[in-house]
Amino acid sequence: MTTKFSKSSNLTRRSLLRVGGGVLLSTPFVSRAWAQTTELNVLAWYGHAEPDMVAEFEATNNVKFVPKYYAGGDNMLALIAQSPPGTYDLILSDGEFVQQLNAAGYIQEMEAADYPFDDMLHPDFADFPGHWADGKLYSVIMRGGHLGVSFNRNAMTEEEASSYEGFWKPELKGKVGHFDWHLPTLGQMSLKNGNGAGLFDLSDDQWQAVQDTTMSLRSQVGGFFDYGGTFNGLKNGEMQAMVGIGDWITGALERDGAPVGSVIPREGGIQWTESYSIGVETEKADLCKKYIQYTMSPAGQVKSAQMLAYPGFCVTKAGRALLNEVDMVEAQRTGQVDGMANDPITLINEGRIHYRDVPKQQSLEDWNDFWSEYKNA
Amino acid sequence: MTTKITGKKHFDLYAMTWRLPIIIWQGMFFVGPIIFMIAMSFFLVQNYRMTEAFEFVNWEKMFSRGYFWDSYWHTVWIASLSTICAMCLAFPAAYALAFRASENTRRMAIFLLIIPFFSSYLVRTFSWFVILAESGVVNAALGWIGLGPFTMLNTTFGTLVGYMTLTLPLVVILQTLAMASVDKTLVEAAHNLGCKPFETIWRVIIPLAKTGLIIAAVFCFILSFGDFVAPFYLGGSQDPTLPILIIDTTKSGQQWPRAAVVAIMMMVTLFAVAFTGIALAYRKRSSS
Repeated sequence: MTTKFSKSSNLTRRSLLRVGGGVLLSTPFVSRAWAQTTELNVLAWYGHAEPDMVAEFEATNNVKFVPKYYAGGDNMLALIAQSPPGTYDLILSDGEFVQQLNAAGYIQEMEAADYPFDDMLHPDFADFPGHWADGKLYSVIMRGGHLGVSFNRNAMTEEEASSYEGFWKPELKGKVGHFDWHLPTLGQMSLKNGNGAGLFDLSDDQWQAVQDTTMSLRSQVGGFFDYGGTFNGLKNGEMQAMVGIGDWITGALERDGAPVGSVIPREGGIQWTESYSIGVETEKADLCKKYIQYTMSPAGQVKSAQMLAYPGFCVTKAGRALLNEVDMVEAQRTGQVDGMANDPITLINEGRIHYRDVPKQQSLEDWNDFWSEYKNA
Repeated sequence: MTTKITGKKHFDLYAMTWRLPIIIWQGMFFVGPIIFMIAMSFFLVQNYRMTEAFEFVNWEKMFSRGYFWDSYWHTVWIASLSTICAMCLAFPAAYALAFRASENTRRMAIFLLIIPFFSSYLVRTFSWFVILAESGVVNAALGWIGLGPFTMLNTTFGTLVGYMTLTLPLVVILQTLAMASVDKTLVEAAHNLGCKPFETIWRVIIPLAKTGLIIAAVFCFILSFGDFVAPFYLGGSQDPTLPILIIDTTKSGQQWPRAAVVAIMMMVTLFAVAFTGIALAYRKRSSS
C-alpha cells in the first residue's frame, strides 16, 4: 500500500519555517494566558464549586476553582484547623459556625459596602448572629433553606408530615432515615418537645427529654446516611421519611420527578444558612470578594437557587425577582413568590423557623456522644 | 557443593544490603505509623486542633462508653459471621476446582476470581443497590413467584453481602490453593480403604489443607473486621462497627486521639486473631 500525498500538502522548507515561526512567536502568548489562570482554593459543601455554579465566573475571570468539600460545620472547622494557614482562600460556612471561624482567627474582615446588605430579603440576613463582631463584618449570607419533615408522598400524606409525630407512624417502621449529623436531628426532636425558639438552649431536664424522645424513634429507623445515601434512600424508596433534612435534598429529587417533598411542621422548622468568608492569609482576597459579589448578584442568586447539587433560597430581593422572571416553576416550587403560604420569608416572619445553632448549655461533644449511643441502640 | 554451617554469626554486609529496603519499608510505613498512632491516643484536642500531651483521658473516655463496647462486640460478631459464611460458601467451589477441575480450568477460574480485584470495591458495593433494593432485581424475581418484597439494604444481611463481595473471591482462591496442594494419593487411599466422601473431606482433606484454610479464614476475618464500606453503605450504619465509630469520632469534634484508641483496639484484636490462627495452622498434631 502506498500513500499518495498531494502537492499542496508537501512540506517545503519555507512552509516549515513559516509554521514553526508562527508557533514560536505565539508561544509566549499561549503560556502567558495559561500562567494567568489563578487557582482559588475553596472550602465548601458539595456542589458549590461545580460547573453549574462556577463555570461562567471561571471563564470570565480566568480562574480555576479547586474545591475541598466537607459535610457538617465541625468537619469544616477541623479541615481548616489541620491545614496550614492560607490553604483556603474562600470559605463557605454554615452560618452558625462563622462565630467559631472568627474566634479562631481563620477569616478576615470584610467591607460591608462591597455587598448588597440593603437588598436583603429579611433584616436578619443583614445582621446574622456571629457574622459581625465589634461592628466589623466577617461573613456574608449567600443562601439558605429550611429543614422539616421530608417524606415520600406515596407513604405519607402532607397532613401526616405536618407534625414531627409523623415519624412515629407505625407503617414507617424501618423506613425512617437519618441524615448522619446530630445537629439537625436533635434540633428537630427539640422542636417536637415544644422548645420552640430555645431549641438549642436546653436545660439539663430539657436535654434529657430530647434524648428520650430521640431514643423512642430508634425502632423506626432504617439507616443513617451521608449526602449520597440520603439521596439514594429517598430516591429508591428504601426510606420513606427522613429526619434532619429538607428541600435541599427532596428539592433536587423532586426536580427529577420523584414523589417526595418537605414541609415545615406545626412545631416549627430549622433554617440552614450558608455564608461566604475570606480566608485570613489568602493572597487572593480581591478575587474572593469578586466571587462573593458574583454570588450575591441577581444572576448568582438564581444560580444558587437552581444549583444542581441542592437548591437553596435567594437572600436578596433582586435575586428573587430575577428567579421569578427566569424560572417561575422553581420559584413556585420553593415558595419564593410573594404571597405564597410557604414563602421562606413569611415562615421566618411567622416565627415558625429557627436558625440552626450549636448547643448552648451542652458541648458539641455531649451531643455527639449521645448520637453515637443512639446509633448503637 | 556443601555449605559449612558454623555456630558463629557475623555481620554480612551483602545480605544486610538486600534486607535493608524491607526493614526501612516496614519501619517507615508500619512501625512508625503505629508508634505515632499510639502516641496520638494520649494527645488532646482543643479547638479542633490536636495538641501534644500525655493524658489518659481518651482511653478512659472510650472505655467508659457503652457504645464503644457495643460496637466492639458487634464488629467481632459480624466479622466472625462473615468468616463462617465465606468459608462455607467458598468450600464447595474450591473443592470442585481443586479435585474435580482440570489444571487449565483451575487456572482460568483463579484468573476469573482475580478479576473482581481489578475494579473498585466501592463501585462493586454500589452496584448491589440495584440488586438488593426493594424495587431491585432480587425482589422483582421473587415477586414473580409471589414472594417479597424483602428489605435487604440497610440490614445486617446487606452488610454481609458487602463483606462477601470483598472477601469471597480471595477465600475461594486461598482454599483452592490449599486443597490443590493436598496429596491426591492420600485421598484415593482413603476412598480405597472405604472412607465415605464426607468423611474423606472431614478426616483427610481438611486436616491436610488446614494451614491454607486457616489462613483463608484469618484473611476473611481481618478484611471484614476493618471494612467501612459494607456496613456503611449496605448496612446503613444500622449496627455501627468500629470503622464507622472511627469515622463518627473524627467527623464530629475531630477526636483523632479517640479514634486512635479505637484503631489500637482493632489492631490488638487483629493481632490476637492472626497469631492464634497462625498458631493453630502450624500446630503439629499430637501423637495419639
